[in-house]
Amino acid sequence: MVDLWSGLSQAFWLMVTLDPELVEIALRSLRVTLSALVVASLIAFPLAAMLAVRRFRWRRTIIALLNALMGLPPVVVGLIVYVFLSRSGPLGVLGLLFTPTAMIIAQTIIIVPLIASIAHQSIRELWAEYHDLLISMNVTEWQKMHTLIWDSRRALLTAALAGFGRAIGEVGAIMIVGGNIDHATRVLTTAIALETGKGEFALALALGFVLIGLAVAVNLGIHWLGRTERGGRW
Amino acid sequence: MNRLLPLAVTEAVSRKRGQTLVGPISLRLEGQGITVVIGPNGAGKTSLLSLLHGIARLSSGTVQWACPIEEARHAQAFVFQRPVMLRRSVLENAAYPLRIRGVAKAEARARAADWAEQVGLGALLERPATVLSGGEQQKLALIRALIIEPEVLFLDEPCASLDGRAMREIEEILLAARDRGTRLVMSTHDMGQARRLADEVLFLFRGRIHDSGPAGVFFDGPATPQARAFLRGDIVE
Amino acid sequence: MMMKKLMLGAALAVMATAAQATDVMKMAVTTSFNNSGLADVLLPEIKKDLDLEVQLLVVGTGQAIKLGEQGDVDAILVHSRPAEEKYLAGGFGTHRTEIMYNDFVFIGPKADPAGIKDDASAVEALKDIAGAEATFVSRGDDSGTHKKELSLWKAADLDVAGFGSWYNAVGAGMGAALNTASGMNAYILADRASWLNFGNKADLELLYAGDPVLFNQYAYLPVNPELHPHVQTALVDKLEKWLVSDRAEELINGYTINGETLFVFNANAE
Repeated sequence: MVDLWSGLSQAFWLMVTLDPELVEIALRSLRVTLSALVVASLIAFPLAAMLAVRRFRWRRTIIALLNALMGLPPVVVGLIVYVFLSRSGPLGVLGLLFTPTAMIIAQTIIIVPLIASIAHQSIRELWAEYHDLLISMNVTEWQKMHTLIWDSRRALLTAALAGFGRAIGEVGAIMIVGGNIDHATRVLTTAIALETGKGEFALALALGFVLIGLAVAVNLGIHWLGRTERGGRW
Repeated sequence: MNRLLPLAVTEAVSRKRGQTLVGPISLRLEGQGITVVIGPNGAGKTSLLSLLHGIARLSSGTVQWACPIEEARHAQAFVFQRPVMLRRSVLENAAYPLRIRGVAKAEARARAADWAEQVGLGALLERPATVLSGGEQQKLALIRALIIEPEVLFLDEPCASLDGRAMREIEEILLAARDRGTRLVMSTHDMGQARRLADEVLFLFRGRIHDSGPAGVFFDGPATPQARAFLRGDIVE
Repeated sequence: MMMKKLMLGAALAVMATAAQATDVMKMAVTTSFNNSGLADVLLPEIKKDLDLEVQLLVVGTGQAIKLGEQGDVDAILVHSRPAEEKYLAGGFGTHRTEIMYNDFVFIGPKADPAGIKDDASAVEALKDIAGAEATFVSRGDDSGTHKKELSLWKAADLDVAGFGSWYNAVGAGMGAALNTASGMNAYILADRASWLNFGNKADLELLYAGDPVLFNQYAYLPVNPELHPHVQTALVDKLEKWLVSDRAEELINGYTINGETLFVFNANAE
């Protein structure tokens, strides 16, 4: 309990004084996760729309696979990405290991199945509603997907936020591929793991509170943006 | 004048999971005006319209437009019994068919606003379409179909469950479209409406065209006992 | 227009990265070294003296060696002699330079139920713990500390595999294992630096230290550039020269926590 209080007060002081180190790793956390989120969404949304609209041979298999991969252990993703990006691995020449880019790749892989699965659910429902109309209007496959993605944008926002939550709180994979290097790849979660390892529970908790605060702030911010767009109907 | 017509249908059948929905149907559609499809529930009215429009599977037979199929599909529209509203504003719903045809955004919106104004939706342009009343939604569905100036327009019971005023407004829109040269094919279960609008009648019974003819002739003296019974208001099975 | 802006932004970002690049090299170090806090003293000085930014990958010895083998770092700084020799024998490193040592200590509950406080050797302390079946936490992660612990059990003629439930191999880093020991009020073998810097001591204290067998030699091993041509050998050499210099000696020997010296510099500069 003592640690909790001292963690809360430390978190408070770290934030009001805008501790430069804290600001640095918090911004890096945001940068890495938001980048991963953008890339993952660009992959997941069209994939989800395609799975809803097109009937092809491996469709069901891919959907089942995506659902299964939602629970993918991040550590495993981290190890696989490590093996690929290692200097001795197939993509070693790129020299990406232990850089923020590697962390973005790992997080992207972790959240694509999650975002795609949730997005697919809502796009499928919308497709059931729109099916006859769009077929009647003789729209192209691409226009179908575009219309469905645009018109389910609120549900897709929720999917993206779920992905954001999973990515920003993730530690196993980015520890392996990022390496938790001070001033280079250290983010909030890896810093928390580090401080916990040192037995500095109060500081670890303080960072944890900052992480929670950050996640809440981003969620609220995006919801607010979505609401101002047009009177919260869909 | 109408590139699509005549439409020649020979022995067309639509089946789903082994069950015949409609057919075999043979008919010719040409000239101008409004063709009204009537018949008891389950006779296959919706299936027939879908088959002609090309959104139901053609299991056997042929449906032959006077122009290539892609061109024909592009120059026709369909209004469903229960309007499907895109989750967008009224304006964007109406502009949608133009947008997918590559019309620039500003022009598409201007034309959509123009149409909406004509049918009395002008004050609702920025409203989400899903919150409109049933009559407003059906009017929106109608202008969304008419905005591409289709040469053939199919309507499946467009006035089911609408009140008198909305029905009158929609009929006015339909007559105006007919006068502009659009060929209309609509189904209805409202014999009053059929009498008001029809230039030509198709009486559908058990998936086949049982009786047909120019409206005046048909309503004055149907050739078959089933059509006579149906017009009298008897249950036909 | 949009596209142009994006490209411009990307170009600027690339230039910014290029501009900030002084010399950067990566070195894998063990958790215990990093937890000691010595890195926080040495790295800024290295940056100042050599204009070299050393990026540390803080991992267990096993992983550090693996990173070296794969060529994912430029050099490693570890403390497990047998593993280091195997690494050199495999041709993964060019050579091994001893830098400094610290020592391992036995930590346990203040009450010392196994009575190891006044034992004469590390082996005797372990025998007492096993005899009393006092709760014991082992790193169990193939790290240098873990390997040292196993070699001590072996020296005491005890078989870890046959131990009962009092022996807990947690498979975790030094800090996490200390947290576990603190929670279970258990005995544990730790390096002195990690212990002194540890913030969650609870009812634990240092019970036994001093047996020479507990000395913990740190060595610096550059990654073999013949195997991994991208390794920055020039920087690696520069860092090595600095690590064995008088300047490093002064900093390492002068580093204390609560007045206690942690490391003894023992490199022989040629």
